[in-house]
Amino acid sequence: MNGKGSSVAASPHVQEVEISGHIIDSLILPKILDAISARGGTFRIDRITIGQRRSDPSYALVEVQAPSDEVLREIISTISDHGATPVGDVDCRLEAADIDGAFPPAFYSSTNQRTEVRLDGRWIPVADQEMDCGVAVDPQTSTARCVPMSEVRKEQLFVVGHGGVRVFPEDRREGKHGFEFMNSAVSTEKPKGVAVRQIAQDLHRAKRDGQKTLVVGGPAIVHTGSVQHFSRLIRGGYVHKLFAGNALATHDIEQALYGTSLGVRLDCGDIAEAGHEHHLRAINHIRRAGGIRKAVEAGELNSGIMFECVRNNVDFLLAGSIRDDGPLPEVITDVLEAQRQMREQIRDVSFCLMIATTLHSIAVGNLLPAWVKVVCVDINPSTVIKLNDRGSAQTVGLVTDVEPFLRALVHEVEALERSAAS
Amino acid sequence: MAEAQPHILMCPPVFYAIEYEINPWMNRQRQADHDLAVRQWNGLFAALSDAGAKISLLTPVRGLPDLVFTANAGMIFRRTAVLSRFRFEQRQGEEAHDARWFSDHGFEIVPPPPETFFEGAGDALFCGEDLFAGYRMRSDARGHQEIGRRLGVRVIPLELVDAYYYHLDTCFCPLAPGAAMYFPPAFDEYGRTALRELIPELIPVEAEEAEAFACNAVLVGRTVVTNTGCPRLHAALAERGYQPIETPLSEFVKAGGSAKCLTLRLDGEEAAAWRTADED
Repeated sequence: MNGKGSSVAASPHVQEVEISGHIIDSLILPKILDAISARGGTFRIDRITIGQRRSDPSYALVEVQAPSDEVLREIISTISDHGATPVGDVDCRLEAADIDGAFPPAFYSSTNQRTEVRLDGRWIPVADQEMDCGVAVDPQTSTARCVPMSEVRKEQLFVVGHGGVRVFPEDRREGKHGFEFMNSAVSTEKPKGVAVRQIAQDLHRAKRDGQKTLVVGGPAIVHTGSVQHFSRLIRGGYVHKLFAGNALATHDIEQALYGTSLGVRLDCGDIAEAGHEHHLRAINHIRRAGGIRKAVEAGELNSGIMFECVRNNVDFLLAGSIRDDGPLPEVITDVLEAQRQMREQIRDVSFCLMIATTLHSIAVGNLLPAWVKVVCVDINPSTVIKLNDRGSAQTVGLVTDVEPFLRALVHEVEALERSAAS
Repeated sequence: MAEAQPHILMCPPVFYAIEYEINPWMNRQRQADHDLAVRQWNGLFAALSDAGAKISLLTPVRGLPDLVFTANAGMIFRRTAVLSRFRFEQRQGEEAHDARWFSDHGFEIVPPPPETFFEGAGDALFCGEDLFAGYRMRSDARGHQEIGRRLGVRVIPLELVDAYYYHLDTCFCPLAPGAAMYFPPAFDEYGRTALRELIPELIPVEAEEAEAFACNAVLVGRTVVTNTGCPRLHAALAERGYQPIETPLSEFVKAGGSAKCLTLRLDGEEAAAWRTADED
């Protein structure tokens, strides 16, 4: 093993250490990092929490890498004097939840990175990896999984503190996502054709390998006249799940029933007579029919994204918000219930395409583990930046208008299909 | 609010002698003159009393010569005493006596964090709201952080890099919130930088005077009591409105201690912000 550019799995000379206390103001953290470098080691800060108030301690989880075991031991011995403590040599500490719906006070707060906890001297993987959760452990079955706060049940055992927990961050430097050309997470300047081609390849690969692609979409897909492109992707078998809100479905159905989106005719851009009522009439129509699925089955809804989802067995999940009209009967208006169902549905997702929605993109980004590839397409760069800021660092952004993007994507996907067939 | 009388713990040097060597100052061949040590201790006692301090006494114990250095008995925070765990077994016998004194006098006892050494106020000094804490020679950095967490205060660990300045109170002395004197070469660059960033008024002490234990000073109000041989520091202090007083302590310097080491402030050091803050 040459050790160059080695990761956790590839190099045995690695030790995680924790440093806690007032390590920033006292310069203890930089001192420890300098000590690692000065002795021939390298480091990676896996996690850092800065105390908010003056008396709040800070915390850093640092992976120390060394060219040999001897050097590693020397480094660890040196930095231990400054207060760094090796992690991993203890079992995780467990504490029972004392009430429903809240963690024990010192709960370990999860990341979206692959995580293991040590139980009876053995490392066990944490299932259902999700950021901002607690880690519930069942010692009987030796299993651990992420549990959101709202689902905590009294007596459930949770990991407290950082001891006995190890995190394996995805290495973003290795271009694992196949987007090596985009060094910055948000690309406004780079050639979009290359990006679109790579997204098409991902969709194609997922379909070929039986993996699941999730699309999170906003109503701009309809406003911009992209329904036909998106419908082709669904018919082609490239979309397996759709998460959206009341708006996307409503505007899509309005277009299917009246040819307008928020009263604007999509064929010529004119405002239709009494068009402002169309979206409400569309909702009313579907509510009278008993839902989207029933309207399709009754032959009342015959085109559009929602129609294609029903026809092609694409699971769709519509999550409500406070400004919704109606809403459509399928819209889940209890946000915690919507989160719960979204959690269930993302378990087998391997690729996620987020198109023109900030709210739903962030909501889904919060739920996805870090190893699910995410591509976020938005005319507004801030959506992608927000996703990254909230910890969904695996997100690759493409700043572009939706319609030309989807048109190009359909073109690329169909070209791939033709070349695969020939 | 009328300020309470400054309250200091001392231990008469009845059994004081250089019986072992656990720091570079100590040499059993260079024994302390016992009579002179007693006179010097009395001189310090008088100087502190004259400055307005009430002094309580810890009963000396045969076989524990360093019990005179009460600064290492523990660290005081309000009515809590964080007990010491000495690095060298020669001093570990002091721990039980210190603990008994604190508990007999109404202090809440907090043991030092497990598996760490902690040598009390010798290595942990408040300056303003922060606890400055020396480590490597005697106390452990990790233990300091634990104590900070326990007490809810910010801890600034400072590595001590010169074996002659093995306790923080031999090279650093808070004077008031935001003001302190220190001997820069006793710290590394990180420590010096942290001190400069966090304490706006830092008085550097020169090597010659640091060797005379200039930094090992006791404050009572604006009175600063040190060993003899620190004229430049005294001038600097006088310029800033302090009243420096010198009293000879040569026999204790032979064991690596001076004025500050011989005392433990029980109601909070002058520079500790919590001493005058309302309890919440």
